[in-house]
Amino acid sequence: MLAGPGGGWRPGARWARDAQSQDFSIRAGGGALVTTMREGNRNLIAAACPVARSLGLEPGMALTKARILVRDLDVRPADPEGDAAWLARLGLFAARRWTPRAAVSGIDGLWLDLEGVSHLFGGEQALCARILAFCRRLGMEARIAVAGTAGAAHALARFGGKALIRCPTDGEAEAIAAMPLAALRLDAEALATASRLGIERIGALASMPRAPLQRRFGMLLLTRLDQALGRAAEPIAPIVPEEPPRVTLALLEPIATAEAIEEAGGEGLRRLVPLLAQAGLGVRRLALICERVDRGAQEVTIDLARATRDSGHLLRLLRARIETIEPGFGIERLHLVASRVEPLGPSLVEGELSGERPVPDLALLIDRLAARLGSRRLHRLSALESDIPERSVGRADLLSGGAGWPSWPRPVRLLSPPEPVEQVLSVLPDGAPLRFRWRGRSYRVAAADGPERIFGEWWRRPEERAAVRDYFQVEDEDGARFWLYRRGDGEIPAAGDLSWHMHGVFG
Amino acid sequence: MHATLSAEARLAALRDEVRRIHAARRPAGCGVLPFGIEAVDTRLADGGLALAALHEAAAARPTLGDDCAATLFLAASAARLSRLQGRGQVLWAFIRRDLFAPGLACAGLNPERLLYAECRDDAECLAVMEEGLRHGGLAAVVGEVSRLAMAAARRLQLAAEEGGTIALLLRRWRKAGADPLAAPSSAVTRWRIGCAPSAPLPFAGGIGRGRWQVALERQRGGPPHQWLLEMPDAEARLALPARSGDRPDQAARAA
Repeated sequence: MLAGPGGGWRPGARWARDAQSQDFSIRAGGGALVTTMREGNRNLIAAACPVARSLGLEPGMALTKARILVRDLDVRPADPEGDAAWLARLGLFAARRWTPRAAVSGIDGLWLDLEGVSHLFGGEQALCARILAFCRRLGMEARIAVAGTAGAAHALARFGGKALIRCPTDGEAEAIAAMPLAALRLDAEALATASRLGIERIGALASMPRAPLQRRFGMLLLTRLDQALGRAAEPIAPIVPEEPPRVTLALLEPIATAEAIEEAGGEGLRRLVPLLAQAGLGVRRLALICERVDRGAQEVTIDLARATRDSGHLLRLLRARIETIEPGFGIERLHLVASRVEPLGPSLVEGELSGERPVPDLALLIDRLAARLGSRRLHRLSALESDIPERSVGRADLLSGGAGWPSWPRPVRLLSPPEPVEQVLSVLPDGAPLRFRWRGRSYRVAAADGPERIFGEWWRRPEERAAVRDYFQVEDEDGARFWLYRRGDGEIPAAGDLSWHMHGVFG
Repeated sequence: MHATLSAEARLAALRDEVRRIHAARRPAGCGVLPFGIEAVDTRLADGGLALAALHEAAAARPTLGDDCAATLFLAASAARLSRLQGRGQVLWAFIRRDLFAPGLACAGLNPERLLYAECRDDAECLAVMEEGLRHGGLAAVVGEVSRLAMAAARRLQLAAEEGGTIALLLRRWRKAGADPLAAPSSAVTRWRIGCAPSAPLPFAGGIGRGRWQVALERQRGGPPHQWLLEMPDAEARLALPARSGDRPDQAARAA
């Protein structure tokens, strides 16, 4: 049996994704929603929600016309690529969860081959109810038809008008007889010809002699009809979910020592690496799962900065983590799972023919340090677009490097949080401090530069709308250089309270 | 025969011999990192900071200003080396999280050259440095520690020789009384950096290029020395002050 969930209208998958937190039910909002696409220089409706349809808006209608018909229309651009990606993801999910033979059908449907799987879910009816509930939770309105042929399921799902239709065995011809020809997946030309000849329903077509039909319409019409009625085969190309490359080692005797685990891990890697090489893949994340005799499982994971198949390097990283495994009464089974992989072609072997010293790969060092410190504590920094010093630094990718800052003078060490400075002698509104007291010591300023004014970022926090910091670079009598700022510009009280703070030291 | 030579000549001959022994131990093909200032490079036994060796620097006084000066001194050295190698990578192992990356970029150590390793304590910091040194693909490894045992310094020196990478160690003051450079170590050079007043500008307001009192406390195969230098520019170059008639070391030599 084949089931084809699908429907005349799916809310644009993109909007369902973006607005998962808020309730995406149109009925509650009451507004009509349409998505639009461009065709030539016209904006056409690509899809319309049930409310919009009840108001007379149809896919293919010009947007200008729709705007005249319906006031306060919610119009959003269609996103066919996003919808297709979403549908493919749903298909992959179906292939993992419901049936091994699932495929994407057209732009708005999925084929699920239920042969031999429905009993696992308590029968066809229960399985379909489950799929419908799942789609509802995702914010989608789905329709399912179960039929003996793919063509009939396609027609019933789209033109049946009910959320769930189960076609009785061998009842396809009867079930689709009253459906319009559009349900047969025909091209627009064939549909136009048929309507000129007065053929409206599938039943009428099925009862006509075949030879004249083939002369006038070509083979496609008859093939589609035969496929819907089960006279011609229609194989589906199922989605094959990718399984991460993995190796399982069943051990004769339970092992408990770190050396034995390391030995077994090395053996697992020797088997895993050829698998990866064959598939042209390199590991970015490798998990070693140890199954204990008492059915407990211990897992260690290593992350790699760059995809690799170097078993020596992988084993060295694993070795550092093996001591965190608690073997308990012994480990009887080991799994090595490359849970994140990337394509990796063959690489050149470093030769010494040219006489140059080969430069060691930085990624190996990064992996080793990350294994020792944890990946959070090894980082590279990059500029963020902010003038506030605390917000101007962010993390960057470890291998590719970050962007630089504008070349304003900045201290080499920053105090976090800035420390209050007392007894400041300065001239308002823009004079540099002449004397100040910080950490219990008085400083007399010999030279100063400033102010460098930095405004608050009102788009982040409304309290910062009027906030101002005036930064000064000052040098004391010993030559030490400090980075001080004053809150406020000395004119508007809302800009700050004129307190002074030490933010960094230049050296 | 020795009796005919003066004591000074014998001393010079012995020094030459020691230098040759040291030079023979250093792996071939490893050069030096010159400061690019003649007055400094000629005073260094190797003509610069030897690569594949450990160098230490500390603040002259236990103030944050001098600490930052020592930090920038090492950052500028690492940046010059990184620039010499095109896009050499520098590993910076630290414990206190107060480094400000834009400030390091001002001394020529741009973010694309610098990897940060945040460590829990001195021991982890030294282990990370050693790993980086042995790897051999980095331009320089910088570390910040306060305590350093002789054995640990020796390990770093050996790792630096093995990987052919320069190790730059910032010795931070733990408390006011405990000079980090008081105990001996196997570093090839030991520096003490302090802030010095900059030259006043000819006009009111504004601030000139900062200056440091750079003291070479100890070097292998040469006498200590000190200079008054200007802070590094955006390409990590230190400089001699332009008008240097009143430098203390010059005055001492003239007398």
